[in-house]
Amino acid sequence: MSRAFTPKVVTANALIEGDVVYLTDDDRWTRDHAEAELIEDEAHAQIRLLKAEQQRNVVVGPYLADARRGAKGPEPVHFREGFRTRGPSNYPHGKQEAGHV
Amino acid sequence: MYEYSDFDEAFVRRRNAQFRAQVERRIDGSLTEDEFRPLRLMNGLYLQLHAYMLRVAIPYGTLSSRKMRQLALIAERWDKGYGHFTTRQNIQFNWPKLTDVPEILDALADVEMHAIQTSGNTIRNVTADHFAGAAADEIEDPRPTAELIRQWSTDHPEFQFLPRKFKIGVTGSPHDRAVIKSHDIGLRIVRGSGGQTGYEVLVGGGLGRTPMVAQVIRPFLKKADLLPYLEAIVSTYNLMGRRDNKYKARIKITVFENGMEKFRDAVESRFEEVKREFTGFDPEVIAKIEHSFTPPAFRTAPEDGYETARKADPVFRAWTDTNLTAHRAPGYAIVTISLKAHGATPGDASAAQMRLMADLADRYGHGELRISHEQNVVLPHVHKSDLWALHAALKSEGLATANIGLVSDIIACPGMDYCALATARSIPIAQQIATHFKAIGLEEDIGALKIKISGCINACGHHHVGHIGILGLDRAGVENYQITLGGDHTENLTLGERAGPGFAYDEVVPAIERLLRAYLALRDDMSETFLDAYRRLGAEPFKAALYPAEAARDAA
Repeated sequence: MSRAFTPKVVTANALIEGDVVYLTDDDRWTRDHAEAELIEDEAHAQIRLLKAEQQRNVVVGPYLADARRGAKGPEPVHFREGFRTRGPSNYPHGKQEAGHV
Repeated sequence: MYEYSDFDEAFVRRRNAQFRAQVERRIDGSLTEDEFRPLRLMNGLYLQLHAYMLRVAIPYGTLSSRKMRQLALIAERWDKGYGHFTTRQNIQFNWPKLTDVPEILDALADVEMHAIQTSGNTIRNVTADHFAGAAADEIEDPRPTAELIRQWSTDHPEFQFLPRKFKIGVTGSPHDRAVIKSHDIGLRIVRGSGGQTGYEVLVGGGLGRTPMVAQVIRPFLKKADLLPYLEAIVSTYNLMGRRDNKYKARIKITVFENGMEKFRDAVESRFEEVKREFTGFDPEVIAKIEHSFTPPAFRTAPEDGYETARKADPVFRAWTDTNLTAHRAPGYAIVTISLKAHGATPGDASAAQMRLMADLADRYGHGELRISHEQNVVLPHVHKSDLWALHAALKSEGLATANIGLVSDIIACPGMDYCALATARSIPIAQQIATHFKAIGLEEDIGALKIKISGCINACGHHHVGHIGILGLDRAGVENYQITLGGDHTENLTLGERAGPGFAYDEVVPAIERLLRAYLALRDDMSETFLDAYRRLGAEPFKAALYPAEAARDAA
């Protein structure tokens, strides 16, 4: 039996700003992890990733990152993805500054 | 200081124009990211965790006040008001927008700076002793050599696609402050039997996942043979180096797998060929480069009130005790400005700090600044009579911290706060160690100590050669920090030994405190440094301090 599929979000960096972005279920790119589409089906995840890869003039390097359902929406699982939702820990720059946290 | 020739100027401007067009084509969709990535990397532009990062070369760590002011302007206009000085004498801007990068590169070109070959499998920024031209122990200024290598290696058609990146470091002093033994090629200026200067050439050093100490390939190389010999080494590596496995592609592995004898034979036979064809040694060009590093006119003046001020002001005295190094000219000192205020990010400088350092360099330091691989800024030539005023002026921007060489003068890579390759954070660990030891008042008591922190195995933070090295890893989705002991970054380059299992993020500071309290209890007297004590006693008592539970169990 195959392993259970860990839910995913599609994430990338914005082409111009480099900001961390997430794909929503209505095909927008959001800076807020909680707004991302939580993908719970493996085949659907591949389709969504293909969709992201086609938008090569909007985002760079899209990939699937593990996520889980949270009170306000999807939450990151790994600490690296957690940092990507917030920005660096030494200054209130990045996401903290832009008010996405 | 070296000034661009018309050729340099035209070359940099042309590259900038090319890159501007490449950015436009990326944005309009004519270039894919796969096509664009190598082009942006050739111009120092990375995509990191939260944003793009532009890495700008500071050749051999030397800046004029004018260049420093331009870095401040770039930080303010296109970034978030600060820059990060790195362990390879570069500056990194952490927040540029892709569309602004061509403007930034033009602003750099206005002050004879660029970001070319700060990435990619090319010969990178050539680094040198940050006390070059000032150190009391120096045989010869290494910067004319480094500048010659910069000119030779920039856009060298044969060496744009090496098996892997390639780093060259140069020192002109017997005391190595440029960590040349951790470079792909290390050059040490030495005096030959006839009194003439030449190079001891070392090859195959490197940190990273397979750390190795460089070995001597040529004990003495004539100066006129430098470029053909370097050409022979790099072209031999270009053919012999592995391209099948990224992790075995550095020259250290080429030398290790083939053995020094075989590698040396291949280099020497290639050298014979290159030397015959080489027509590039032009004494006029060399003389011109050397002339541009002529030392400033040092003044002969009394050290007016320096000792009096030291006696009267304990804060000033503490700063002079830690932040000064012997200068070769009478009455002068080398000043290291700490970018490690307790709790600050190692190597970061705000635009205001950069401007102040540029102004003070003009006022007291012949307009010259250096960036050290230890992520501090150096004013290489300050007359002692100016030190009190300089110290007072540094305070206004929080730049008067008296901690050079102490526990809080930590090297830390950007780690997972910025870097896409990192496996854990480095900066907050450095911040916590610095503030903790200040709070418990042990910094002065502990004395000379090098803590070096890397946020991944690539070792940008030089953890292998720290007296205490800290390596951040990802262990099953949790940050975990390995501690190494006994490393040495000097001419006696030594790789530290791993002490044992890693520590969780919030266990690192307590572990370092146990280690250093053990050192204080074990040392012979105040003059025995941590490294001396470690060498005398071996690892065991320090391991026992790091792992008290294991030590107690073993004792039971």
